[in-house]
Parts: sequence; structure tokens; C-alpha cells
Amino acid sequence: MFFSQQIVKRRDGRFGLRLREGERMLLRSLYDDLADLLADPDNPAVRRLFPPAHADPESEQQYRELVRDQLVAGRAKALDVVRATLSEKILTAEEADAWLRGLNDLRLVLGTRLDVTEDTDFEVELDADERGRELAVYTYLTWLQEQFVEALSP
Amino acid sequence: MSTTLAPAEVEVEQPLADDEAEHDRPWVVIVWNDPINLMSYVTLVFQKLFGYSLARATKLMLQVHNEGKAVVSSGNREKSEHDVARLHAHGLWATMQKD
Repeated sequence: MFFSQQIVKRRDGRFGLRLREGERMLLRSLYDDLADLLADPDNPAVRRLFPPAHADPESEQQYRELVRDQLVAGRAKALDVVRATLSEKILTAEEADAWLRGLNDLRLVLGTRLDVTEDTDFEVELDADERGRELAVYTYLTWLQEQFVEALSP
Repeated sequence: MSTTLAPAEVEVEQPLADDEAEHDRPWVVIVWNDPINLMSYVTLVFQKLFGYSLARATKLMLQVHNEGKAVVSSGNREKSEHDVARLHAHGLWATMQKD
């Protein structure tokens, strides 16, 4: 279904983005959902995006007070960049980096909800109902992120 | 006089020396394996955040993948918290502890 590279590094250092309209619409709806969830960073659905740094509760509390707001703001900013460039055919390096992290956040939230493990058999489960539909979306995001990683690797 | 004072001095100085050792003891930043982050993405993040070569970043990624975790950086508490926060911003499961 997807044979050509969707994202390619150009000679001018920017990135060409070849996505079909259906893909852009899917991404828009996923990012809208993620933005809604991130409006409340304590929502269990986005807990995976803010892992603990310390085993010791007191140190962890200090860490959260120190960086939690920054992490939330950083994600919101990257999300704004991605949503503002969803229709673009060319991305700057900074925008492409926001896409890379945005795709990872989508996969973390969706993969956690689907309880994806290293043993998940996508080929078998893709046939199954609603979970199958979401796993198909997850698989698509994985495939797209792989391409961003490849294009952005030094 | 000196013989009776000596033990008292030791008692006073001992905790201070301990505090200093505690303070200077480096922290290590650990990245844990998870089933969602892509191996290629983790390698790229190590290169990007720490300036590691592809070879070093790949070796660390494989250690995370095969052994479940790897120490990716070390330093004082402030630097380590900064590193952990940057790893968290990229979605990696990172923690820190005293070496």
C-alpha cells in the first residue's frame, strides 16, 4: 500500500513530506485527541508520557516540581507545531523534529492503551474488531515514525 | 589534653566527611526497555541528546533492549536531572540513582 518514501531529506536541509489526504486527516484527528488528553497532564491516559525519575518519593516530588511544567509546555509546543504543519509538503528541520516526537507520543499513548508488548502478534490481531482497527492505526504510526527516524538520522 | 580531645574531633568531623562524600557521589541515568519505543528511535535520541556516535548509541540501545536497561550518562544531580528530563521529553523511560 505504501511503497514510496513519505518523508525525504532535501539538499537544502528541509524535509519533503508526501502524505495522502486520508493520512493527514487521520493524523489530525489523532493529534486533536492527544491535545485534549494533554489538557489534563494527570489524566491516566497520558501518564506514560511523564515517567517517574526517582524511586524515592521525596526526590520524585522535587523532580516533578522542577520539570513537570516544562515537560508539559514542551509537549504542547511540539504539538502546536505539528498541528500547524499538518497540510505542509515541506518541513523545516525543527518542524520535522516535532513530528518525530509527536508520532512517538501518539504511539506511546495508543500503545499503552492497547497494552502492546514485545509479544503482540499484529498480523493475527489486526483481524479483530475495534482493537484490530486501533492496532492498524498503531502499525501505521510505527511505519511512519520509522521513516522520520531514517530521514532525521545524522 | 590532645589525647582526650582527639576522639571528640573525630566524632564532629566524621558526619561532615560523610556528607561531602554523599554530595560528590555521582548519579547515573538509566534508560529502561519498553515495548513501544522503536530501536532506531532510541538510537537516534541517544545521538541527538548526548552527541554519541552511531556505534556508541547503537551499543547502548542494544544493551537496553537485550538486558532491560543501560546507564546512558552520569554526573552530579543537576546534570542527571536535566538528562532525565530531556529523555522524558522524548518519551524514553529514564530514571536516575546514585552510583
